[in-house]
Amino acid sequence: MPDTTYRALPPEEIRTRTEEVLAAHAHLEGALLPILHEIQLSFGFIPQAAVQPIAEGLNIGRAEVHGVITFYHDFRDAPAGRHVVKICRAEACQAQGANALADATLARLGLEWHGTTANGAVTIEPVYCLGLCACGPAAMVDGKVVGRVDTARMDAILAEAGA
Amino acid sequence: MKVYLPRDAAALALGANDVAEALLSEARARGIDLTLVRNGSRGMIWLEPLLEIDTPEGRIGFGPVVPEDIAAILNAPKTHLKALGLVEALPWMARQTRLTFARCGVIDPLSLEDYEAHGGLSGLRRALAMDAASIVVEVTQSGLRGRGGAGFPTGIKWETVRGATADRKYIVCNADEGDSGTFADRMIMEGDPFTLIEGMIIAGLGVGATKGFVYLRSEYPDAIAVMNEAVVIARAAGLLGASVLGTGPAFDMEIRVGAGAYVCGEETSLLNSLEGKRGVVRAKPPLPALQGFMGKPTVVNNVISLATVPVIFEKGAAFYRDFGLGRSRGTIPLQIAGNVARGGLFETAFGLSLGEIVDDIAGGTRTGRPVKAVQVGGPLGAYFPRSKFDTPFGYEEFDGQGGLIGHAGVVVFDDSADMLSMARFAFEFCAVESCGKCTPCRIGAVRGVETVDRIARGDADAIPLLTDLCETMKDGSLCALGGFTPYPVMSALTHFPDDFATTRKAAE
Repeated sequence: MPDTTYRALPPEEIRTRTEEVLAAHAHLEGALLPILHEIQLSFGFIPQAAVQPIAEGLNIGRAEVHGVITFYHDFRDAPAGRHVVKICRAEACQAQGANALADATLARLGLEWHGTTANGAVTIEPVYCLGLCACGPAAMVDGKVVGRVDTARMDAILAEAGA
Repeated sequence: MKVYLPRDAAALALGANDVAEALLSEARARGIDLTLVRNGSRGMIWLEPLLEIDTPEGRIGFGPVVPEDIAAILNAPKTHLKALGLVEALPWMARQTRLTFARCGVIDPLSLEDYEAHGGLSGLRRALAMDAASIVVEVTQSGLRGRGGAGFPTGIKWETVRGATADRKYIVCNADEGDSGTFADRMIMEGDPFTLIEGMIIAGLGVGATKGFVYLRSEYPDAIAVMNEAVVIARAAGLLGASVLGTGPAFDMEIRVGAGAYVCGEETSLLNSLEGKRGVVRAKPPLPALQGFMGKPTVVNNVISLATVPVIFEKGAAFYRDFGLGRSRGTIPLQIAGNVARGGLFETAFGLSLGEIVDDIAGGTRTGRPVKAVQVGGPLGAYFPRSKFDTPFGYEEFDGQGGLIGHAGVVVFDDSADMLSMARFAFEFCAVESCGKCTPCRIGAVRGVETVDRIARGDADAIPLLTDLCETMKDGSLCALGGFTPYPVMSALTHFPDDFATTRKAAE
């Protein structure tokens, strides 16, 4: 994920990129989700300034775009930390000690779920199943999967991420 | 020297890429001419990363392998401590009936040549010589039922779409495998993507659809990458495009990525999401088969249902139907997960008892403690106590015991599990994931958490309230999220009353 935490994005940059994304997806049926994914990939979140051009491009209301952005857990309206660590909270991982892992991780960082460390390095998020149910507790670090995560492994992940 | 090391996400999560790197550098240092195939997983997750070396006798396995093992394995493979012998002869493999997963872990997932050499495309070629009605009849006669959980007969769904008149029809593959304890969709997409593509093409031929979508959850980046590559390869080979294999009608497909909403595994919510809307559940009727994606007739099938279609056409409906039990025909890829000694994917004919699966195949718990509860069918499935371990694995059989097989995930808990917490979690999850359209689910889930908390505080009056709330959610919810959340809750309450009573007594 690009490091956008400490850089204010100029509105013209957002508009230009959004229009590029719109043009690239214009031929798709039901293009809004692919567009939002691409915008988020570009900026690390979906800037407010992108909503109006998307609405115009798809000929729908701004409220509708906003409604879609807020419905899905993946879409952010503000940047995350430089690294995102998702910890699985689903039943199969719970059966393998995921609750203790999550509690220890959040306590160590002094965070609640969705919180970001003060230095902006790491955001901790819950995820409900990564399909790694036979090798839990599972986590995902910036899109890379990790299995059988214990506290030692998590400490190493967090240290590498600079938390 | 030809070796295999999975690219399956579970293998990657357990360090397969580090092993691959060690392998390549060791081979370079020794001047070994090494061909490394990144296959799918065989499904023996407790042995991942599972390294296989091709020998004249067959493929011999090593696992779980760490990079430090590589030098010694290359020095003396047969006597290495982690040598497992012939992979196909391992009890886990030998006891299975691999039909849908026959190629998974065997072939290079992105080699169409490999795919064809192992029986791929022969089902499609047979279907191309049949008319649409006969294709649908073949599926109906196979007895295939929706593997996503609902168990609706696939052939009947196809027949509805086939019979509908419209300028466009669609095949939508539900790859939003959000149920905890399930990973069969992920494994087949990562290990044998062409089988899903072939199944979708046959579905298109059967119902007259020319466009397909795979709605794939964003939590599966590795599966997304493999499926995208496979579609490009299939298009270049003429499997997809203006004329299927140069003789058939047009069929093309796209991979679409979800955005982290569990409810989008529900078919109408998935369709809304695919259309670029909030993933809110639609009331039925109209059925998606008549008014689905963009209001057009649409087949919505789970990954495993579609990925099973090619083998049905390759071997014939009767071959497939002859496996199974009662009205559950064919095979089911069990996903054995949670606290188990041996976890992974085990494809077998319907009919094994839950006890055989948990005690025998999975080998009990990894912690070595007694099994307390088994949740079958994902977060909306019931918790089974040991006393129900004689239940045979089948749609009706589990229904008769107050449960469901869902997507065939089996999650095992040892005696340290607190079932009141699990009931609370079921409501918490429902509250997080509810689409908000219907009141029993949106409000009920929140009230459910509060009611379980009252019980935890020792308030006995809250127990009948919880039962009542579950009745309301079950009868009044629009889809399975609100409607089935009572399964884990009520099964926990019914079968593990001590976990609800102890806390009460303690408080009194």
